[in-house]
Amino acid sequence: MATVELKHVRKVYSGGVEAVKGVSIDIADGALCVLVGPSGCGKSTLLRMIAGLEAISAGDIAIDGKVVNAIGPAERDIAMVFQNYALYPHMKVYDNMAYGLRNRGMAKDEIDKRVQSAAATLELTQLLQRRPRELSGGQRQRVAMGRAIVRDPKVFLFDEPLSNLDAKLRGQMRVEIKRLQRSLGVTSVYVTHDQLEAMTLADQLVVMNNGVVEQIGAPLDVYEKPASTFVASFIGAPPMNLLPLTRAANGHALKDGQVLASTAFDGSAAALLGFRPEDAVVGADGHSFALDFHVLAVEPVGAESYLHGEAAGSQLIVRVAGRTDVKPGDRMPVSVADARLHAFDAAGKRIERSPAGVIVRAAAVQAAPA
Amino acid sequence: MADHAAAATGSTAAVLGRREDGAMVGINRRSRYIAHAILILGILVVAFPIFYTFVASTQSLQTILRPPLPLLPGDRFWDNYTTAIFGGIGRIGGVGVDTLLFNTTVVALGIAIGKIVISILSAFAIVFFRFPFRMFFFWAIFITLMLPVEVRIMPTYKVMVDLGLIDTYTGLTLPLMASATATLLFRQFFLTIPGELVEAARVDGAGPWRFFKDILLPLSRTNIAALFVIMFIYGWTQYLWPLLVTNRNDMNTIVIALRKMVSFADADTEWHLVMVTCMLAIAPPVLVVLLMQRWFVRGLVETEK
Repeated sequence: MATVELKHVRKVYSGGVEAVKGVSIDIADGALCVLVGPSGCGKSTLLRMIAGLEAISAGDIAIDGKVVNAIGPAERDIAMVFQNYALYPHMKVYDNMAYGLRNRGMAKDEIDKRVQSAAATLELTQLLQRRPRELSGGQRQRVAMGRAIVRDPKVFLFDEPLSNLDAKLRGQMRVEIKRLQRSLGVTSVYVTHDQLEAMTLADQLVVMNNGVVEQIGAPLDVYEKPASTFVASFIGAPPMNLLPLTRAANGHALKDGQVLASTAFDGSAAALLGFRPEDAVVGADGHSFALDFHVLAVEPVGAESYLHGEAAGSQLIVRVAGRTDVKPGDRMPVSVADARLHAFDAAGKRIERSPAGVIVRAAAVQAAPA
Repeated sequence: MADHAAAATGSTAAVLGRREDGAMVGINRRSRYIAHAILILGILVVAFPIFYTFVASTQSLQTILRPPLPLLPGDRFWDNYTTAIFGGIGRIGGVGVDTLLFNTTVVALGIAIGKIVISILSAFAIVFFRFPFRMFFFWAIFITLMLPVEVRIMPTYKVMVDLGLIDTYTGLTLPLMASATATLLFRQFFLTIPGELVEAARVDGAGPWRFFKDILLPLSRTNIAALFVIMFIYGWTQYLWPLLVTNRNDMNTIVIALRKMVSFADADTEWHLVMVTCMLAIAPPVLVVLLMQRWFVRGLVETEK
């Protein structure tokens, strides 16, 4: 049971590369915090700094209120689950789990009690006398978890633990990790590049890019109100549609010249207009924001279908529920509820809208070039 | 183009692919006979001289000196072997082969174990620790590859004389222990150990020594076995250095003694005892290889991770 606090943490490598550029995160006791971002965004480096495997260039990391910058990984009272499991290949499952406890000089029967109970929780009891190479990927994964659990640490650290499993197993393990973390109530930091994993696991979602935190929040808050175009396109699959805006005499114009009479965005800052594929509705439907959509490809997934196409000079994706008889080449109107539109400035930052604002597409078809 | 390449790969795979019974696919019965004939010929070339040495070792000196030598073992097996082992051999000052075998075993084991201990520790330091001049030390070790005993024999001999190590086991083994090859072999192996494993051990509270003892050593055991076999034989067959650094007959290794037993005049040489000594000189390395064969092969082909 512990909190984890990161204060202006930076990592500068000796070559001068700055991998983490001043990150501050507060993780509550018992929460599961997911760091998500593309490869090279610094999320793994950050995790390894919490673990004590990387030195901290600047800033402070505190576990349970105590700054741990100068403390080695073994004394931080953390347990880590590695991407490739990092099981000791020459040791049996039992010894893999017991090794950390033996190194701490714990009594033999206490070690046995802990290993047996962890093995029971993870359904590994039958496998305790096997060696790692005799186990499947999913079983190895569970042993790696077991090795973390027996330690009963203050913090669990997960470094992309599911990325080596096949899709089905990944789904199962995701649920299992969540359940286990809930029942043990141990504060956890989880690194992944998979936004679906991040959304489903997190109590607190941290989206990182290029060594900085783009947004911190509850997963659905991040989804509903992405703080930047990066978050908007990274969280959610398929990503949010983004339409570039230009400044026109009487408001903003889309790429094809259609003018938006906008009262929603004060000033002229808005440079991009966004909406999620599932927020677009086929048909004019009375929404004030409507586009003439030209379908180029149809992806039926089963429960839903994605229409890839073009509107207002930009590539868009529109999700429709179930199956569809729309064919490539079709043209149709697509509209979006006003409340479902997002606006971003030229730097990609979210623009909060004035509550009463309504975006109206003015002079709809007439303004479009032939 | 792509099809072509695929077809070519396919046919190569068919030729090289092994069937379940271990025979090569695409090789017919006749070529298999030829292959066996070549193998048998090779075995004969290697084995016959050894067999002939054994035959000679069971004959009396008179029989050996009066050619042709019979092709079947004689009746002097027991006499010759007990004389050689326990009786002492006149031409090397009455020292028995038992002393020679003991000396050689000490030297071969000392060199093999010493080399492994020194090189595994230096590879451990070079791969897993960051210390000043790390690369300098690495290259310093690497460069000694170019300085085998034969090249540095005069200065090394001088050092041994100054330290009073002539006619000692230390003098016989120490200069042959430091080994760049073994260090490099362990370094290459250590480099293949995933960083995550090292980190997992750190998180599990294993310090450097524990990591070495609990994880690195068990993982290296096939490498150690292979290296032991190679180094044991290397030590067993040393000639030039033991020749220089020993004067007393009872400090000779078996190879040196063998050389001393052979006189230029045929009649002075006790050939039957020479043959016995030959057989006894061959036996231990063969035993080591036979006993450690499984480990040896695994160490050369398999990396357990």
